Amino acid sequence: MSNLQTSKGSKEQAGLRYPSNGKTIYHRPLNRTRTSELSQASFAYLFSEMVGYASKRIESIQDLEKRLNTQGHPIGLKLLDLLLHREPTRSQLRPLNIIALLHLIKQQVWTSLFGRAADGLEKSSDPSKPDEYMIIDNEPLVNAYISVPKDMSQLSCAAYVAGIVEGVCDGSAFPARVTAHSVGKQQQGGEDGGAGGADGGKEMWPGRTVFLVKFAPEVMEREGFLGKG
Amino acid sequence: MGIFALIIINKAGGLIYNRTFSEGLNQLNTNDYLVLAGTFHGVHAITARLNPIKEPPSPPSSGGSPNRAEPASGLEVMETENFRLQCFNTLTGTKFLLFTDTMQSNVDGTMRKIYELYADYVMKNPFYQLEMPVRCDMFERKLNSYIREINSSR
Repeated sequence: MSNLQTSKGSKEQAGLRYPSNGKTIYHRPLNRTRTSELSQASFAYLFSEMVGYASKRIESIQDLEKRLNTQGHPIGLKLLDLLLHREPTRSQLRPLNIIALLHLIKQQVWTSLFGRAADGLEKSSDPSKPDEYMIIDNEPLVNAYISVPKDMSQLSCAAYVAGIVEGVCDGSAFPARVTAHSVGKQQQGGEDGGAGGADGGKEMWPGRTVFLVKFAPEVMEREGFLGKG
Repeated sequence: MGIFALIIINKAGGLIYNRTFSEGLNQLNTNDYLVLAGTFHGVHAITARLNPIKEPPSPPSSGGSPNRAEPASGLEVMETENFRLQCFNTLTGTKFLLFTDTMQSNVDGTMRKIYELYADYVMKNPFYQLEMPVRCDMFERKLNSYIREINSSR
């Protein structure tokens, strides 16, 4: 509170600039969100610059993905708090198991970020990797206008969203590593090289992206105990 | 036949994109394309200066923003027996040249849409370097499907 009052009192303070009506983002109520939509074009330009910034002096594509991931991480941490705050008081609980957490990400997180829920949620079919889950987005908003050059074909700029998801997981005490993989493109590349196998679903979504969530061993251990109890 | 070809020229007169959309056209080699782009750029600059009407003296503006006249636009359309060339010069000096059939209708609308695709899929792509040749898969894909739609509807 004291911060708000000082900011009103001394407007000529250097550094932060205040709108003429004196209302900064901190004066807005945390709860009202329905109408706060942003222009996709402005976001596209901003994100384009973020990718440009992150690709300065990088040594490898993994390096670039790591940087985008790092840019997204704090957003996830903060977004988790904000979304839980916006829940009705009775259901203001942080997710307690993996399924609840992933469901929260698929529904609330995705809706608040992109205006719609994610397109799919899957558990890894490989029995040797029970700690891997997949969140699927058919056309990620961040990649809407991005064409990745051929020499960086394994790059997915959705690594930024992966960073956000990782932030949400870390914030709710489910440490995880999240990576983004564009599967639509790989499929296309494979088709170009080999026999033209027509896979309708993959053809329809060239930008289909899978967010691979790999939880830390301690999370799986805890999940095991919870399951027994 | 509809739309034949699209050429994009950057503000320095360099060719940054060229593509043909229908079969059985005379082909140019890359060098000829570059020469064509450079020549057109020069001709366009000349036509922009060829204005027979004397410009009215600008009234002294009283405060506020100065009243600037719209600059002369230069060559916009060139029609021949076999094709029609429409040129669209953006505010930043990028030129879009669209070669169409002489009977093609609503070329302005098509041009606007192509500019929109360019603004979306080229300018918002972090891997595109300004003034350099356009190599963006998404732009290519969207443009092809848009032009194919127009060409097949006739």
